[in-house]
Amino acid sequence: MSGASAAERALRALRPVAAAAAALALAGAVIGALGFPATAALQSLVRGSLGSSAAWTATLLKTGPLLLTGLSVALAFRCGVWNIGAEGQLLAGALAATMLATRVAPGAPAALLLPLLALGGAAAAAALGALAGWLRAARGVSEVISTILLNFILIQAVAWAVQGPLQEASGAYPQSDALPAAARLPALGRVHAGVALAFVAAAAVAWLLFRTPLGFRLRAVGHAPVAARFAGISPERHGVAALAIAGALAGAAGAFEVAGVTGRLYQGLSPGYGYTAIAVALLARLHPLAVIPSALFFGALEAGAGAMQREAGIPAVATEVVQGVVILLSVGFALQRRSG
Amino acid sequence: MDALLEAAVRLAAPLLLAALGELVVERAGVVNVGVEGMMLVGAFAAFAAASASGSPALGVAAAVGAALLLGALFAGFAVLARADQIVVGTALNLLALGATGLGLRAAFPDGASAAPGVSDGGLPVLGELPLLGPLLFGQGLYVWTALALCAAVALFLARTRAGLVLRAVGEAARAADAEGVPVAAVRCGAVLFGAALAGLAGSVLTLSQSHVFTEGMTAGRGFIALTVVIFGRWRPLGLLGAALFFGLASALQFRLQARGVALPYPVFLMFPYAITLAVLAFAAGGGRAPGDLGRPYAREAREGG
Repeated sequence: MSGASAAERALRALRPVAAAAAALALAGAVIGALGFPATAALQSLVRGSLGSSAAWTATLLKTGPLLLTGLSVALAFRCGVWNIGAEGQLLAGALAATMLATRVAPGAPAALLLPLLALGGAAAAAALGALAGWLRAARGVSEVISTILLNFILIQAVAWAVQGPLQEASGAYPQSDALPAAARLPALGRVHAGVALAFVAAAAVAWLLFRTPLGFRLRAVGHAPVAARFAGISPERHGVAALAIAGALAGAAGAFEVAGVTGRLYQGLSPGYGYTAIAVALLARLHPLAVIPSALFFGALEAGAGAMQREAGIPAVATEVVQGVVILLSVGFALQRRSG
Repeated sequence: MDALLEAAVRLAAPLLLAALGELVVERAGVVNVGVEGMMLVGAFAAFAAASASGSPALGVAAAVGAALLLGALFAGFAVLARADQIVVGTALNLLALGATGLGLRAAFPDGASAAPGVSDGGLPVLGELPLLGPLLFGQGLYVWTALALCAAVALFLARTRAGLVLRAVGEAARAADAEGVPVAAVRCGAVLFGAALAGLAGSVLTLSQSHVFTEGMTAGRGFIALTVVIFGRWRPLGLLGAALFFGLASALQFRLQARGVALPYPVFLMFPYAITLAVLAFAAGGGRAPGDLGRPYAREAREGG
């Protein structure tokens, strides 16, 4: 691989693009074969994601959480830890941020409240990730299973919170009170600061992984756990660390979601960002900077799928087909690279 | 009390079916986290075929067939092409969720109505016996199928040459290969068997339990089935016990809720997942996973690493 020419490298970089395009085409074919209006679907998809400034706004708002959760998954996978729990971690972040903003410190000024929300959301989700890491290290519980179970538990925890301790004062709907104005993230148009921070996070994760001793150890554990152990690097402890950092990233996404987009906590806050994140990370081949275009692609897809459902009557869940196919094609390409 | 145990056995049946399939897969050295998606596809195919034809038997056949398609995909990517098993399983789960959601809207544009079911009735006469009668003999076909398959898998693994070969592949693929066992073929066969049982388990949900398909209705049962395998310590009888335990936990959940116990609804819904996690953390120790579990086998690869 070290001897690859520039042309070969360019070709390799194009493979994810080909994977994404092939997945879209396949999903389109399935949609058409099922008797849905495929052309109208495609038009809505493009119009709803890129066709206007409102569409671009929608795309960027979906890209933010996908970027953070995608980084969460990519970082964990790179360390050989299967974090399927970004969804639950995102919800934990949203839950903690809402609690802080509506119950703990509703009167605090923005300068205090905003960092508190972001850090509180990240910390709560980091604890959730660390719990899965501890179960893996100390009790031998597969993190694949534990993070998935925690997703289901957090979904119900949010449902319980918005009918119970965090429900709005009027008690009319199962949702929290609106966050105070001081807890709302500053925004350009509707694009809140959390989206910009998500892009910064991509650079930060790249720096952490490739420029720091901790990042080196995390990658060593993922790449060759036996060799890492011989070198005195504990795969178990670094697994806990990776899941905690991954949790913090996804938790920040949850905090930004309530403080930047919804303004409240309610069930169904996330359309499954944490699961889409797996496709985001794998399409990016687990490289934090490549997660940026990957998250933009899936962000556009999510935004366009909303329009597709409204205009062409095609359930937005169709995007899951694209995600599944992208993952399969991505591992297919990775194999080709390994054997080539 | 009788009714509670009866409900426990009924709720345990799909878990036991899916877990038995996954047991055979894992004893061959492969982890399939796509059980959830295979169950979901099975549930949908059973519902769609039974609604269209009016025949529950066709529904079951469709469930098995649809899940086998996913099984073939899994075998192709994860066994033959040696892609990461967790990644492929996750992809199949997403694919299944999207495809069944689309299929539901395409096949039932005006909303779905109830599908005909598989008989819940028990055996005549014996089911009327006092006390143990309803528990043992008052159960439907699915419960009996699950119990029969449990015995069959136990005999297969412990007493047959093919079972021995399968276990050898899961414990030490290289040694099995050296003995002339076609490792990839055995693993593909196991994966297909697991997929068929996952599809069958999915059909329980739509043909026996709820009679209607809703998006994502498996709600984690496939993952709980994976836990049943671990909690059951990779042994068929252990699986039976573990599945009954989870069945009882679900039955208790419904019972307490019906009694109006003053707990919020979401807390009840959280119950099976929390129990599963607690069991994994504190009660599942002691089992030993097959030696080569989760390791793709490549003939030319070097040992170790």
